[in-house]
Amino acid sequence: MAKFHARLSRRRFLASAAIGAAAASSGTIAGPSLLRAQGASVKLGLLHPVTGALSYSGQQGRIGATMAVDEINAAGGIKALGGAKIDPVLGDAQSTPAGGTAEVEKMNAAEVSCVIGGYASSICLAASQAAARYELPYVVDVGVADSIVTRGLKNTFRFGPGFGVIANTALENLTLINDQAGKPAKTVMIVHEDSLFGSGLAKLLNAQLPAKGFQILETIPHPTPTRDFNNVVLKIKAQAPDLVIPANYYNEYVLLARTMLEQHVRPKAIYSVLGGAASSYKFVREFPEAAKYIMDCNHWFNPKSAKALELKKTVEDKGQFYTYELYMNYTAVMLVADALEHAASADRAKLTAALENSTFSGRIMPYGPTKFVNGQNQGAAPVNTQVLDNDIKAILPPEFANAKVVFPMPA
Amino acid sequence: MLSAPILVSAIVNGLLTGSIYALVALGLTLIYGVLHIINFAHGALLSAALFAAFFAYQKAGIDPYLAVLVLAPAFFGLGYALQRLVIGPAARGEERAMLLVTLGMAVLIENALLYAFRADTRTIDLPYAFKSVDLVFTFVAVPRLISFAVVFVVALVLWLIMTRTDTGKAIRAVAKERLGAELSGINVTHIYAMTFGLGTACVAIAACLLIPTYYVNPSAGNAFVLIAFTIVVLGGMGSVPGALIGGLVIGVVESLGGFFFGESLGQAGIFLIFIAVLLVRPRGLFGASA
Amino acid sequence: MRAYLPIVIVVAALAAVPLFVQSNVVLNFLIVALMIALAGQGWNILGGYGGQYSFGHAAFFGTGAYTTAILQVHYEVNAWLGFLAGIAAGAVAGGIIGGLTFRAGLRSSYFALVTLAFAEVLRIFASVAPITGAGVGLLIKLDLHAQAFQFRSRAVFYLIILALVAASLIIAQTLERSRFGAWLVAVRENEDAAMALGVNATAVKVAAMTISGAITAAAGCFYVQYFLFVDAPIGYGAWISIEALLTPIIGGAGTVFGALIGALAVKSIGEGAKFLTGDIPGLDLMTFGAVLVLVIAFAPRGLAGALMDGRDWLARRFVPLRKPAEGTTHG
Repeated sequence: MAKFHARLSRRRFLASAAIGAAAASSGTIAGPSLLRAQGASVKLGLLHPVTGALSYSGQQGRIGATMAVDEINAAGGIKALGGAKIDPVLGDAQSTPAGGTAEVEKMNAAEVSCVIGGYASSICLAASQAAARYELPYVVDVGVADSIVTRGLKNTFRFGPGFGVIANTALENLTLINDQAGKPAKTVMIVHEDSLFGSGLAKLLNAQLPAKGFQILETIPHPTPTRDFNNVVLKIKAQAPDLVIPANYYNEYVLLARTMLEQHVRPKAIYSVLGGAASSYKFVREFPEAAKYIMDCNHWFNPKSAKALELKKTVEDKGQFYTYELYMNYTAVMLVADALEHAASADRAKLTAALENSTFSGRIMPYGPTKFVNGQNQGAAPVNTQVLDNDIKAILPPEFANAKVVFPMPA
Repeated sequence: MLSAPILVSAIVNGLLTGSIYALVALGLTLIYGVLHIINFAHGALLSAALFAAFFAYQKAGIDPYLAVLVLAPAFFGLGYALQRLVIGPAARGEERAMLLVTLGMAVLIENALLYAFRADTRTIDLPYAFKSVDLVFTFVAVPRLISFAVVFVVALVLWLIMTRTDTGKAIRAVAKERLGAELSGINVTHIYAMTFGLGTACVAIAACLLIPTYYVNPSAGNAFVLIAFTIVVLGGMGSVPGALIGGLVIGVVESLGGFFFGESLGQAGIFLIFIAVLLVRPRGLFGASA
Repeated sequence: MRAYLPIVIVVAALAAVPLFVQSNVVLNFLIVALMIALAGQGWNILGGYGGQYSFGHAAFFGTGAYTTAILQVHYEVNAWLGFLAGIAAGAVAGGIIGGLTFRAGLRSSYFALVTLAFAEVLRIFASVAPITGAGVGLLIKLDLHAQAFQFRSRAVFYLIILALVAASLIIAQTLERSRFGAWLVAVRENEDAAMALGVNATAVKVAAMTISGAITAAAGCFYVQYFLFVDAPIGYGAWISIEALLTPIIGGAGTVFGALIGALAVKSIGEGAKFLTGDIPGLDLMTFGAVLVLVIAFAPRGLAGALMDGRDWLARRFVPLRKPAEGTTHG
């Protein structure tokens, strides 16, 4: 009986190893032959959580990244490499760090020149670390945790803004908006989810808002998911703050905004930071009433860029929402393509060097000049948006704004 | 700030939320009372029902409250079939196996929903979703008042079924004394499936009541079911009035707990109560002696 | 000693893998599979041998993971010591939760629910407490040195997790042959009867849960050292509770190799489903759910049990006088 166990396990094991190897070889073996067939191509790993809890964001990200690849290939590939086409190696991080790591291993085996994506901070942290083992450049698409670029990993780059920059910009913008309107808002209540960014943001606001002349009446944390916001709204109603600052994910944000409307709570402004829904076309379309006049400091495209608007149209014609996951991934791929042009090589070390020195213009993102310091693009910045006329408009910074802020909210 | 009106509002809010909890718990406790298993697929079925109610409105324009008339029988049928064709045969009456089968079904259903509808959150925008009644100290959304009333109607109907119909009497007989019921000619397999069907129908009704003010995604149902587990334990597993009262109590406790201790710890508090009740008085606060 | 021979053979065969397979993709796959096998073996001690179905083994996985991480991040404790401390913390958690629940006499559905609730409470606390990094989680600094329990080579990690799995196999085999193991199985088969024979059922179950917690915690400690990151959904999330339960049940609950077979099978199914269908959201997990139901329906003693039945069937056919095997019947 015992002997049989041993035989059984071994066979089981071999079978499973074979499947693993088969999955890997689809990259390793098919890869080089494809390379030869096309004369030259550059493999890029596109890593997104297309299954699991984050699958909506992951799928949006994948759409953006593959659109960029298609566009580059249609325009003649990487010119410095003799028109080499980009060969995307798609990976599914399964919404977990472990899933992301496994995909990086596969991508490395498939000999990609660079990995792009990750979406969630936790996945970015784990996947970039796995890539670092092979000195494989890793470009973060969204992941905002500051720790992603403060670990001293030479291979990790982030084109978009990190949490610290976003939070500080939000604080400055809020002060500016209030000052310009003659300081109508004095009291604030903060409603934040108790994890990833919500707590950090609440801490920062609590430390800095009083110095800017705001009085914080209460800070209310809540878990994700929270089924019911009536209590939170009752508290808001009782204290009647001038400003409500929510920092939570989409579902909770929607519930909060709806409950405020139900309970007839109308502060002078709702100002969110990385607000789950406030910069979402979906939210605006589904709940125009609840979304009206909400402001948000978040990732956003440059509304003055013809290219960004062209991409928006293409995406919307396909029946998709133009979300930040989409255009940030699009941009990340464009950044890598630009670096490939400068490196004139698909070699990992050369590509890393080219990324370090990148001056990529970003085209569709409202950023300053690109300059990477420790992997973080110093030009990256968020945009302040507001829901106006059933649309989302940029209100700050002035150079990218396409509307004037409406504050306080009209009664 | 803790004026009486706010406190009253919080309690009213707790009762309204609690009524939905009660309805979800009602289905769970019914199944427990007869089959003696916790149905781990309850949350996944609630998600499925939420999707059904969502699409009924989105595609066919059926108002969620009217959709009850279609979805409750449909989910009754689904529940009946699941017990009769999947759980019963697969578990062969072994309790631990039944637990695992419902867990397997939960994983299967939740991921089937993910496969079919993806993970993004959907909501419907009813014309009357934001209509609210002014109770002077608070506003109460009309859909929540409707659901509060419906829950009691459902509980009443369930009570009538259990006491006035042959099936109901048979269900109670099986719950009390399975072997005896079997000997007196009751088809236990059929009764098991009927019970599972009724429990699933409760879930479908809860979904129709929830969708006007809530959202749906493949894991939306889970949040309610963890609470429902607590209620079922608190009210005494298998006790219908226990589930109803337990639901309202938990709704108010959660509301006040969230109010005084914050939402995060409020939820942890519910589980701590749950553990404490299980450890100290596993039959529940309202449970009859085993 | 003969009883341990299969373990020696299996482990030796697995240990030889890095000699033939250089692909880090395969190694990474095996490392994750073995980690799940380890977590599952923890569940197997309590659930498989003891018949107590925990739905919240994440409580131990997370406790191990967080203990290791907290000691390193906040107290600069050596990673190896942190690892041992994590295992010890898992054992303590097992003892405490087991002591509370079994003393209260909770069984079956009640036990499943209470373990689930413990894991949930821990998850909520981990997502708000500052020491666990609240929602941000804990990140261990990348430091690829052996004294930091970090290695450049995947092969080393592979051998470490294999050694841990080997230890868990030996524990299970020892348990099977010990008096304590016999008590545990007796409690599973009929608790009242076991007590009538003088077995202190509560003490036996608490002891089993302590061992169980330690083993599953070891998997959590390993997770942290391998991925250098833990947050509340990873450490205390439902995923690990389900995988820890799924693998031994599919492989064969209450058998030495059940968790290992189950983990390799489940992970292979997952990879296979992905390989065949591409990235279709949810399909691999759908397969797990279906496989779980099918295994319970058609192979209640798991894959190991099914294959043993197959062998018995062959044996009966060709050696007609052989006595029917006395398999462990439950499931």
